[in-house]
Amino acid sequence: MIANESIKQLLLPFVGIVCFMIIWAMAANNIQTSLGQFPGPSHVFEQFGNLYQEHNAEREKAASFYQRQEKRNADRVAKDPNYQPKIRSYTGKETFIDQIGTSLKTVLSGFILAAIIAIPLGIAIGLSQTLNTAINPIIQIFKPVSPLAWLPLVTMVVSALYTTADPMFAKSFIVSLVTVTLCCLWPMVINTCVGVSSINQDWVNVSKVLSLPSATHIRRIVLPAAIPSIFIGMRMSIGIAWMVLIAAEMLAQNPGLGKFVWDEFQNGSSQSLSRIMAAVLVIGLIGFLLDRSMLALQRLLSWDKDSAQR
Amino acid sequence: MTLLTMNLSKLKKSLCGLALVSSYAVTSFTASALGYPEKEELKFGFIKLTDMAPIAIAYEKGFFEDEGLYVTIEAQANWKVLLDGVIDGRLDGAHMLAGQPIAASIGYGTSAEIITPFSMDLNGNGITVSNDIWQQMKGNIPKQADGKPVHPIKADALKPVVEKYAEQGKPFNMGMVFPVSTHNYELRYWLAAGGIHPGYYAPHKGDTSGQLDADVLLSVTPPPQMPATLEAGTIYGYCVGEPWNQQAVFKGIGVPVVTDYEIWKDNPEKVFGISKTFAEKYPNTTIRLTRALIRAAKWLDENDNANRPEAVKILSQSNYVGADYDVIANSMTGTFEYEKGDKRSVPDFNVFFRYNATYPYYSDAIWYLTQMRRWGQISTDKSDDWYKQVAEQVYRPDIYKKAAQSLIDDKLMTNADFAEVFTEDGYRNPQTHFIDGIVYDGTKPNEYINKFSIGLKSGETL
Repeated sequence: MIANESIKQLLLPFVGIVCFMIIWAMAANNIQTSLGQFPGPSHVFEQFGNLYQEHNAEREKAASFYQRQEKRNADRVAKDPNYQPKIRSYTGKETFIDQIGTSLKTVLSGFILAAIIAIPLGIAIGLSQTLNTAINPIIQIFKPVSPLAWLPLVTMVVSALYTTADPMFAKSFIVSLVTVTLCCLWPMVINTCVGVSSINQDWVNVSKVLSLPSATHIRRIVLPAAIPSIFIGMRMSIGIAWMVLIAAEMLAQNPGLGKFVWDEFQNGSSQSLSRIMAAVLVIGLIGFLLDRSMLALQRLLSWDKDSAQR
Repeated sequence: MTLLTMNLSKLKKSLCGLALVSSYAVTSFTASALGYPEKEELKFGFIKLTDMAPIAIAYEKGFFEDEGLYVTIEAQANWKVLLDGVIDGRLDGAHMLAGQPIAASIGYGTSAEIITPFSMDLNGNGITVSNDIWQQMKGNIPKQADGKPVHPIKADALKPVVEKYAEQGKPFNMGMVFPVSTHNYELRYWLAAGGIHPGYYAPHKGDTSGQLDADVLLSVTPPPQMPATLEAGTIYGYCVGEPWNQQAVFKGIGVPVVTDYEIWKDNPEKVFGISKTFAEKYPNTTIRLTRALIRAAKWLDENDNANRPEAVKILSQSNYVGADYDVIANSMTGTFEYEKGDKRSVPDFNVFFRYNATYPYYSDAIWYLTQMRRWGQISTDKSDDWYKQVAEQVYRPDIYKKAAQSLIDDKLMTNADFAEVFTEDGYRNPQTHFIDGIVYDGTKPNEYINKFSIGLKSGETL
C-alpha cells in the first residue's frame, strides 16, 4: 500500500510533465510567428547547450583579457616606473549564467532588506492597536500599487541621491533592489502584524503575570507564536519579489534575466524565441526553488512553535 | 604570479632593449606626446543598429585596448535613455543621432553640452511600409522592363494612399526613432518631396508632437521595436536604420521602399557623442578613443569592404545587434533587398571611412539645423552666423585632426588615409543628389531653407 503510494508520488508528476511536453510540442508546431515557428521543447533544450557554450567561450575571452592586461601593465611599468598597475575587471558581455547570478543576488538582497524593515514594523503594529490604526491606511494604499509604477520614481530618486564617485554597488543594482524591497514589504508587514495580534490571550496573560520585560516578551512569546504567519508573509513576498524583479529588469534594462529576455526580443533573431523560452523556464524554476527554500526554512525554524504549544 | 610575469617581462625588455631601440623610440615619443589616458575604464552606450559597428570593432579588434582604454559596451533601450546616460555621466560616450548633440546644445528637448569629435558613418537607413500599404502604392509606381519597380520610389506613389485614408477620416501613422533623429528628417524630407505634409513642431506654444498641419502623423518608436510595432498595425510604415528594414523583409511584414542613399546620396548619419565636460576633463582619453574609432572605421571599409563578413558576424552576436547573420549581411555587404527577392546592389549603403566619412563636417551639423528650422523645432529665424556658431560648438574637427595626426605619427595610418582632412575648412562643396533635386550649400543655410515648397521659410513662425 505504502509502496503503491510512493510510486504514485513519483509517477504522477512525471506523467504530468510528459503530457505538458507533448501538448507544448504540438502547440508549438502550429504557431507560426514572423520570427519562424514557435520553439518546441527540443529547440529550447538546444538553446540551453548554446547558452552554456557561450558562457564558456566568454570565460576564455575573459582569461585572455586579463593576460593582455597584465602584459600591458608590465610594459607600462617598464616605461614609467611610478605607475601603479591596476587590474580592471573584464569588460565583455554578461552571459546567461552571469545574468542568473545577478538576478538571484538582487532578489535576495532586496528581499532581506524588506524583511529587516517589515518584520519589526509588523511586530510593532501587531502589538500596538494605536500604531496599527495610524499606519494601516498607508499600508492599504501602497499594497496594491503595481511594482512598475514605483520604478520611474525609484530610478529618479536613486540617481539623485546615490552620487558617490566610486560606488560600491552599481546604480542599476540599487534601483532594482529598492523596487523589489518596496513591493515585497507589504505582505510581510501585514502577515507579521496578523500573526502578532492573534496570539493566544493566555500566553499574553502569562507574560503579564510574570511581568516579563518587553524585549523578552517579544522574544519568548510573540516571535515563536507569530513565526508561522511571518513565514507565510515571507513566502508570498519572495514570489512577488521574483516577479517584480524580472519585470523591473525588462523595463529599466538593469542587468539580470529580465534584460536578457528584453535584449533577445529586441534582437529578433531566428533563435530569439527559443532563447526567451529557455529564460522563461529558468525563471520559473528559480521562482519554484525560492519558494521551496522558504518553505524548508520555515519547517526548520518552526520547532519553537511546537514547543511553545506543548 | 602577476609579479613573476611582470619581472619576467621586465627582464625580457632589458634584454631585447637594444634590438628594439628604433621602434621603441617611436612609441615612447608619442606616448609622451599624447600622454596616457586620464580615465581608463569607460562605458559606451549604443542602440541595436548596424551603424554602431565602429564601436564593436574597436572593442573586438583590440583598438580600445591599444589605447589603454578598458571599455564596456552596453545596449540602451531607446535614444532618450541613451542621451540621458551621456548627460548624467552614467555613460562616458555613445553612438548618437547626429541631431542629439546639436539639439541638446541649442536646448531643444534636453539642454546639455555634448560634442562630437567623430562622425560614425554615411547612409544606412531606409523607409519601410507595411505589405498592405505597399500593395496600394505599387500601382502608382512605374515598372522596369523586367517588371520590377523603378527606383528610387518617390512619395508621390504614397500620396494617393494617404489621401484615401484622409477621405475615410483615418489617421495615417508612421514611425521614426526620435524627434531630432536623422530618420525623422529623412522621412519628412521624402514625404515633403512627394507633396505630403509631415507636420510642424511649435515648441514655443508647447507643441512638441510635430503633428501640426500634418497629412501623416509621425510618432517615436525605438529602432529594434519598429518591426514589431509595424506588425501590430500601430504604424503603417517607418524610417529606421539597418537591420530593421531588412528584418521586415525577412519577417515578411513589410517592404522597404527607399533608402536614405536615394534620398540624399552619402548623407551623414550617426556621430559619437561625449559631454563637453568629459572632453575637457580627459583630453588624452578623448583623443585616444577617437583614434580607436578611426582605426575601426578604416578596418570596416578596408580593401573594398573585405572585412565586412567578419564585421557582420560580430554584429550578429546577441550583445551587439543580435539579428540573424543573413539579415545584417544584406545591407552591410553592399546590397539591399527591397520587396522580397528584389535584391539590388548598393555598394555604398553603409560607408564608415571612405569619402572622409569620419570627419565631423560643420556643414553636416548645419544641415540638421536647417531641418530643425524647416519643421519648426527652431521656432524663430536665425542668422547664417548663428548656424555656423552652433556647428562649431558641437562638431570638433580639432580633436579629430589631433587624433588623425597622432595615428600618422605612430605609423598606424598614413597621410593618404586622411586626404584633404588637414586642409579642410569644414564645409563640403555644395551637395546635389537629393531626391527632390535641391542643392545644399552649408555656408548659406537660410537660402537653403527658402528653397523648399513645404516647410517654414525665413521670416515665418507658427
